[in-house]
Amino acid sequence: MLAPRPLGGRIITPTFVIASTLALIAAAIVLYRLVFGLAAVTNLSDGYPWGIWIVADVMIGSAFGCAGYAVAILVYLFNRGEYHPLIRPALLASLFGYGLAGLAVIVDLGRWWQFYAMFVPWYMNPSSVMLETALCIAVYAMIICLEFAPAVLERFGLNRLNARLKRVMFAIVALGLLLPTMHQSSLGTILVILGHKLSPLWQTEWLPLLYLLSALLMGLGIVVFEAMISASGFRRPFEVEILGKLAGVTVVLLAAFLVVRIGDLAARGAFSLAFRPDVRSLMFWIELSLMSAPLVILGPPANRRRPQTLFLGAFVLLLGGIVYRVNSYLVGLTPATGNWHYFPTLAEIMVTLGLFSLEVVLFLLFVKLLPILPARHKAEEAGRT
Amino acid sequence: MSVSRRDFLRKAVEGGAAAAAAVASGGVPEAEAAGLQRPPRTLPPDAVGLLYDGTLCIGCKACVKACKDANGMPPDIHADQRGWNQGTWDSPQDLSAKTLNIIKLYTDGTMAVKDRETDGYAFSKRQCQHCTDPSCISACPVSAMTKDPSTGIVSHHPDRCIGCRYCVLSCPFGVPKFDFEDPFGRIHKCQLCNHRLAENKLPGCVDVCPTGATLFGRTADLEREAERRLTLKPGDRAVFPRGGLGGTPGGARPSHEKVVAAEYQQHIYGKSELGGTQCLMLSGVPFDKLNLPTNVPDYGYPTLTEGIQGAVYQSMVTPVVVLGGLLAIAHRNVKGSD
Repeated sequence: MLAPRPLGGRIITPTFVIASTLALIAAAIVLYRLVFGLAAVTNLSDGYPWGIWIVADVMIGSAFGCAGYAVAILVYLFNRGEYHPLIRPALLASLFGYGLAGLAVIVDLGRWWQFYAMFVPWYMNPSSVMLETALCIAVYAMIICLEFAPAVLERFGLNRLNARLKRVMFAIVALGLLLPTMHQSSLGTILVILGHKLSPLWQTEWLPLLYLLSALLMGLGIVVFEAMISASGFRRPFEVEILGKLAGVTVVLLAAFLVVRIGDLAARGAFSLAFRPDVRSLMFWIELSLMSAPLVILGPPANRRRPQTLFLGAFVLLLGGIVYRVNSYLVGLTPATGNWHYFPTLAEIMVTLGLFSLEVVLFLLFVKLLPILPARHKAEEAGRT
Repeated sequence: MSVSRRDFLRKAVEGGAAAAAAVASGGVPEAEAAGLQRPPRTLPPDAVGLLYDGTLCIGCKACVKACKDANGMPPDIHADQRGWNQGTWDSPQDLSAKTLNIIKLYTDGTMAVKDRETDGYAFSKRQCQHCTDPSCISACPVSAMTKDPSTGIVSHHPDRCIGCRYCVLSCPFGVPKFDFEDPFGRIHKCQLCNHRLAENKLPGCVDVCPTGATLFGRTADLEREAERRLTLKPGDRAVFPRGGLGGTPGGARPSHEKVVAAEYQQHIYGKSELGGTQCLMLSGVPFDKLNLPTNVPDYGYPTLTEGIQGAVYQSMVTPVVVLGGLLAIAHRNVKGSD
């Protein structure tokens, strides 16, 4: 196995410029929001107090951030060393996924200047699912930084510190396995308290398990997706063999997700709601189709060896996970009273787009400057230098 | 606290079993899911609240005005009126960050008769229900929503609120509201005028109600009064108190005698809904027509979420045990790789 090394190459590329511009636009909107308030830039209301900054940036962003979690489970829990080359890029996705989810939360908080209250022991409400989730995510963000630290330490030759860190790495890894299990399931539990306000198509006590499984699926999906994009973008060979194996694991997990999802709907007799002529039914079927399609796309082993089908399967799976989270947080919600509607403003969309663009910018910078992606074979390496 | 090794192991096993049960029993009917629920909360000893009787309400909205005065809330101008209404006419359509109490009107067809479902009309009042088992309190990460241990009044503390709006999202009655317009906005909700109660005054809305449609009192007393009214038939003459039941706070108000005009719905809203609420309601038209949640369980939703969380995180035993296992596995597998 070849050690990871910095890619090198030009920093300023067209992708880098476009993504940076989008990130800067988002920063300007965020500044405007901080000065003029949430109503000035968002369509948030008392009927829909949470919009895409929470649902897209936190619920979906952190699920993308489960790349590191999903690969760490395979590498460290099941001791499948063959997935090891994937761990650093996966951790990088986690670092940005979670870091930017945290940033989005601060921007979205109505009283952001009192954010510290979350960490004041005598203010903490141990019954609050939100508190458990928030603290868990905050600690996990630090854990990802530590898991990722060797890449930075290696780059700057801080070998003694690196050696010291490696001695306790097993403990960091263990926490990195526990914490996402806790908070990704809690992101589902958060919805349980909505009770009758959430359509029975999504409201269930199985939400914690469904959210955990969907987080793992999206984490695995983003690993394949990102590896494919990196390979074509940086003109590196497709790591089809290892990604194919990963896709095999994904298929099994996806089958489990669908069994729980469909079994639960059937057991509660909620399926009848899916045949009403409304937007909710439509979104439900779109979600279910997107979540089922990867089973067909990635099911046949031959498809798991072809870059095109691998990419398609991962892409559709990510879309399915996105729609599941959007549906359960926004589409399925009926506010307690009043006639409310929510569709994000252009400004809200631009901030979300900007945050994801910032992830792209940072990813490009990191893989070029730090040892993250596995080195190419010696022959190619020689040809390059 | 000292925990013996044996105790610890026993708890660990129980925690693990509970966690397994949590996963296994999800989605099954309520009775079977009961094992997953935390026990419902009960009314505090001196729980107080309001009894609103829609059949007595004349829709004068004096309570809406009094609430604004008592709580220093600004006028709420309806969007349709912003062109000409410069703030002389407070015209809220629903509870909002500017309106903590409101009288709403139900209408049907010709609206000929008060408190009749078809071709009739009816009033209903909205303010915080002061739940026995409030979702907002369970949801709030920083304990900015509190329930008074003796009166049970649910209060909000903006000094620590982070503005996450999970209370807004979680309230089954749509009560807490966030001021989105203000860059330094806050949550607003009815706190039963606890600042007035402290001065031995009635809540604003009760203080001005001319017909006793809104009464203040201990929830247990209010429930007894509501039960008495449910026995009344149209045509009966009955006495209706005003102000505070039993004359507190602030002294007795004169009661009035009245011929009962409408037939009561044989239900006290708030007695059992979602674990019960300290504010109760009587009506001549079905409660679902008043946009109140009716097809709901008789336990609060926090019993479910806290049940799930409790099963998994009881005394943090499960996470600690799982972490122990993970540490052992990671210790073996991380060696030799980075």
